[in-house]
Amino acid sequence: MRGWFLPVTVTLGFVFLYAPIISLVVFSFNDSRLVTVWGGFSTRWYGELLRDRQILSSAWVSLQVAFASATLSVVIGTLGAFVLTRFSRFTGRLLLTGMITAPLVMPEVITGLSLLLLFVSMELTLGWPAGRGLTTIIIAHTTFCAAFVAVIAQSRLRSMDESLEEAARDLGAGPVRVFFDITLPVIAPALVAGWLLAFTLSLDDLVIASFVSGPGASTLPMVIFSKIRLGVSPDVNALATIIIGFVLVAVLIAGWMMRRAMRKEM
Amino acid sequence: MAQPAAASETRPWRDAASRPFISVRSLIKRFDDFTAVSNVDLDIYKGELFCLLGESGCGKSTLLRMLAGFEQPTSGAIFIDGEDMARVPPDRRPTNMMFQSYALFPHMSVEKNVAYGLLREGVKKSEAYARAGDMLRMVKLEKLARRKPDQLSGGQRQRVALARSLVKKPKLLLLDEPLGALDKKLREETQFELIKLQETLGVTFIVVTHDQDEAMTLATRIGVMKDGVIEQIGEPREIYETPNSRFVADFIGTVNLFTGKVAAVAPDMMRIETAELGDVRLPPQTGLTYGQQVWGAVRPERFALSRTRPEGAANAWEGVVEEMGYIGHMSQYRIRLASGVLIRATQSNRLRDEDPISWDEKVWISVQPAAFRVLTR
Repeated sequence: MRGWFLPVTVTLGFVFLYAPIISLVVFSFNDSRLVTVWGGFSTRWYGELLRDRQILSSAWVSLQVAFASATLSVVIGTLGAFVLTRFSRFTGRLLLTGMITAPLVMPEVITGLSLLLLFVSMELTLGWPAGRGLTTIIIAHTTFCAAFVAVIAQSRLRSMDESLEEAARDLGAGPVRVFFDITLPVIAPALVAGWLLAFTLSLDDLVIASFVSGPGASTLPMVIFSKIRLGVSPDVNALATIIIGFVLVAVLIAGWMMRRAMRKEM
Repeated sequence: MAQPAAASETRPWRDAASRPFISVRSLIKRFDDFTAVSNVDLDIYKGELFCLLGESGCGKSTLLRMLAGFEQPTSGAIFIDGEDMARVPPDRRPTNMMFQSYALFPHMSVEKNVAYGLLREGVKKSEAYARAGDMLRMVKLEKLARRKPDQLSGGQRQRVALARSLVKKPKLLLLDEPLGALDKKLREETQFELIKLQETLGVTFIVVTHDQDEAMTLATRIGVMKDGVIEQIGEPREIYETPNSRFVADFIGTVNLFTGKVAAVAPDMMRIETAELGDVRLPPQTGLTYGQQVWGAVRPERFALSRTRPEGAANAWEGVVEEMGYIGHMSQYRIRLASGVLIRATQSNRLRDEDPISWDEKVWISVQPAAFRVLTR
């Protein structure tokens, strides 16, 4: 029983997880226009992809959004995590703890809808943000990505030897100086990992972006989704393959950075 | 070389007129409903190497952290060199601390670690690194200046931490279990290096430790702490020979404790009646009254063992050797007296060809009256 059980379950598990992705990658090199019929190896869909203005512009939008919201969420997430780990008592601490992690468990539809309502009413009362587009998507993505960054940064800050910060204080550095001289460099690998994670999450997101985007700003997942509704075309396979490549690299780097940070700690 | 100074200069605490360098007054620290430090008064003099000794959780580290400024006292005051430290943050205090974990900055080289404090003080970069280099030479680490902390051994890290905490020439250096993470042999070597360094630099040291041997070797004076209170302050010899309570007597070294009552007080002699030893004759001690409950404390090495009843001994008892351990330079004995009490005694093995007293032998143990320390609590 032991002899076959483990290999079989492992194989089934891998097939279940990766068969769809592998078939997608394989068919992205299919020469045939029909998605399900193999017509020989070709890279023509990759070439076609590069000529597709709509795809390219939405890819650019997605990259901008991902870059901006990853960066913003690292700043916000780190500050939140720092406050929660280094200040043991202040009014509203429990509320902040809850609010910072809320986006992790909130259904995306709710997050998207509530942000949409917020942006609309803000536009009516404050006049900003004027219309929905790049800015609103960035804000929306920052809110949920910051939660992920905060969780990563928090665990790193907790495991960090606090006497490092005390030693710097003791040697004459003020609190702000200590944060930039000691805390930040020590937790930097975790923050890079957090940034990469936020970047991927933002790049992936379809639901929230659909709620808060405007006419001029469609992200890549939105364009793919609308294309699929008209029937699957092979160039979408090619596009998906490229995205998988990107995400894979980002996740690998993030994982490696986190592992290195952990090892450093020990 | 300095001439041997008068006792009041090397031991200022013996002179009531000398001014303390650090004064702690009625210091209390509470965490919620737990009192870590309760009502501590402490005077430490310039150039001292003062050890705070106690088990973990006795409040010694909290006291140290209050001196460094990492904890705010609930009440009470700390004066360093006459200055009230109440509102002074850790980065403005004339103290430096060596942490138990060493707390070396992992992303900086050894040299940068040591120079960090000087740079924060506004010392020019070239001068800061030069001084850091001098300090590293002092702890014999100049060759490792470019290494990162994780490329060093435990002993090397300890020396970097020491160099970093001394480079700013603090008025007061606080050391939290400075030798705790080193293995036994290295610890013993480092103890003497630490004393030498302290004497050369003339910096006042306060060392927190739970290791009584370390405290006895290092300290000019020891403060024995228990449950947030300093039980006794004194020179190592005083702490060992004249402990002021059963706790201190038992905490430092090994001791035989006997429960008794004062049975007679005369100008030249005193007698206490103990359950374990019967009547014991002692030199008189002031402050004791007839019938008072007391405890007698005798160190194991103060007992003399013999096969025959010693001539003219004021206090002698017969017993049987139950256990005997040969250590080399000395032997440890556990001797059961007729009263049923077990006495711990040690004998130094001075002669090579001695016929040692051994298991199950009948022996007489005797003790000089002056070897008894009478305790009232």
